[in-house]
Amino acid sequence: MGLLSKKDAKLITDPLADNNPITIQVLGICSALAITADLKASIVMSIAVLFVLGLGNVVISLMRNIIPSKIRIIVQLIVVATLVIIVDIILKAFAYELSKTLSVFVGLIITNCIIMGRFEAFALANGPWKSFLDGIGNSLGYGVILVIVGFFRELLGSGTLLGIKVLGDPIEKTGVYAFGYENNGFMLLAPMALITLGIIIWVQRARNTSLIEN
Amino acid sequence: MAINTDKNSYTVLFATGMVIIVGALLAFMASSFKEKITENKRIEKQQNILYAMGVNENDETSVEFVSKSIVGKEFTKYIVKQYVVTGNEVVEDANAYLIDIKKEAAAAKDSNYTRRLPLFVGEKDNATFYIVPVRGKGLWDAVWGYVAIDTQLVIQGVYFDHAGETPGLGSNIKERFFMDDFKGEHFMDGDTFKGVAVAKGNADPKNNRKTDFAVDAIAGATITGDGISAMLKKDLQLYVPYLKTLKQ
Repeated sequence: MGLLSKKDAKLITDPLADNNPITIQVLGICSALAITADLKASIVMSIAVLFVLGLGNVVISLMRNIIPSKIRIIVQLIVVATLVIIVDIILKAFAYELSKTLSVFVGLIITNCIIMGRFEAFALANGPWKSFLDGIGNSLGYGVILVIVGFFRELLGSGTLLGIKVLGDPIEKTGVYAFGYENNGFMLLAPMALITLGIIIWVQRARNTSLIEN
Repeated sequence: MAINTDKNSYTVLFATGMVIIVGALLAFMASSFKEKITENKRIEKQQNILYAMGVNENDETSVEFVSKSIVGKEFTKYIVKQYVVTGNEVVEDANAYLIDIKKEAAAAKDSNYTRRLPLFVGEKDNATFYIVPVRGKGLWDAVWGYVAIDTQLVIQGVYFDHAGETPGLGSNIKERFFMDDFKGEHFMDGDTFKGVAVAKGNADPKNNRKTDFAVDAIAGATITGDGISAMLKKDLQLYVPYLKTLKQ
């Protein structure tokens, strides 16, 4: 990372592992459980959050000195909602099919607590460039977990990855299904997403014991 | 420049200013793109109707509409007639597909109002399709679709869409594996209307039984599936008196 100073690079790399927004800060759990039943939805959501958080952090950071602290949460909410709606209108006008894919995510992005969390914890106290990097880093960290959870849920729940039948056909009984393997429908439901997430948190803390709180 | 952002007067001023700016910005955006968005929606309707009667560019597993550039031409080619059914009266109307069935359904709550029902007649490879728009409620938001029926009142194709069903679960109603199950499915038992239920425990994953009035549900999408069942029951039934006249 020749472009970035060591401190700036840390803003991007930290949230990927040791300060992950989902597994360490425990933000954005709701969407991590709701939309990870397949890998494609996880990827789309990650990209959308990357965009909104990167841009939103910059906007909030630029406004940080004029926002009245009493109503700062509402102001943050308005900024993120406005950004998302503007993007939605532009997509509807110029990339209608893409907007159809994204429309179900709009509500989930506005209410994603990672976005509010980063506005509140970082953008309000730092300059636009740092805030931008923080936004990118955190949404990547969020995306990594979403993709991991989505990967296991789609593989074990539906036997597919990105819609491709990687384990064979459950109806025709080919591939592993020929040996009596069955898809675990439970993986498609939210409780198993929480358990998958729990396992990720467990593995991460087992490998790096300094993350364990007393 | 240090501003005292804690003062009440500043807070009120800031809030007012922000509301005006954001409101104006959004109103401006919405109105300046309105025409384009309406046009996109009109094209989408045509694509959806054609999709239901089997005019699409699907390969093995994908859902592909006819492309935007030719959809207007294809629509006039395949959709030979459009009707508006109002009670016992049936009139031709070349813009029947633009009728907002959500508004019609709302207006029909008034018992003096006779609902206008749009119906599209498609012809492809010497087969005639009657395409019926349907609309209902899913888990989070509206679900809707188009059902293509042949002269024997057997479903020949469907297209479903939704406003906000859960990605990866309820949103799968617009996937091939779900929509294709409806092909060949019966919704009339002789003269009695049965509808098509999205059923759990149907134990018919390949959908071999075409006269059981049920297709396999999607795991994890019970409420969305129930919404589809209810939508088909409610809206298809409206057309039954007219469709029966075709069968004779």
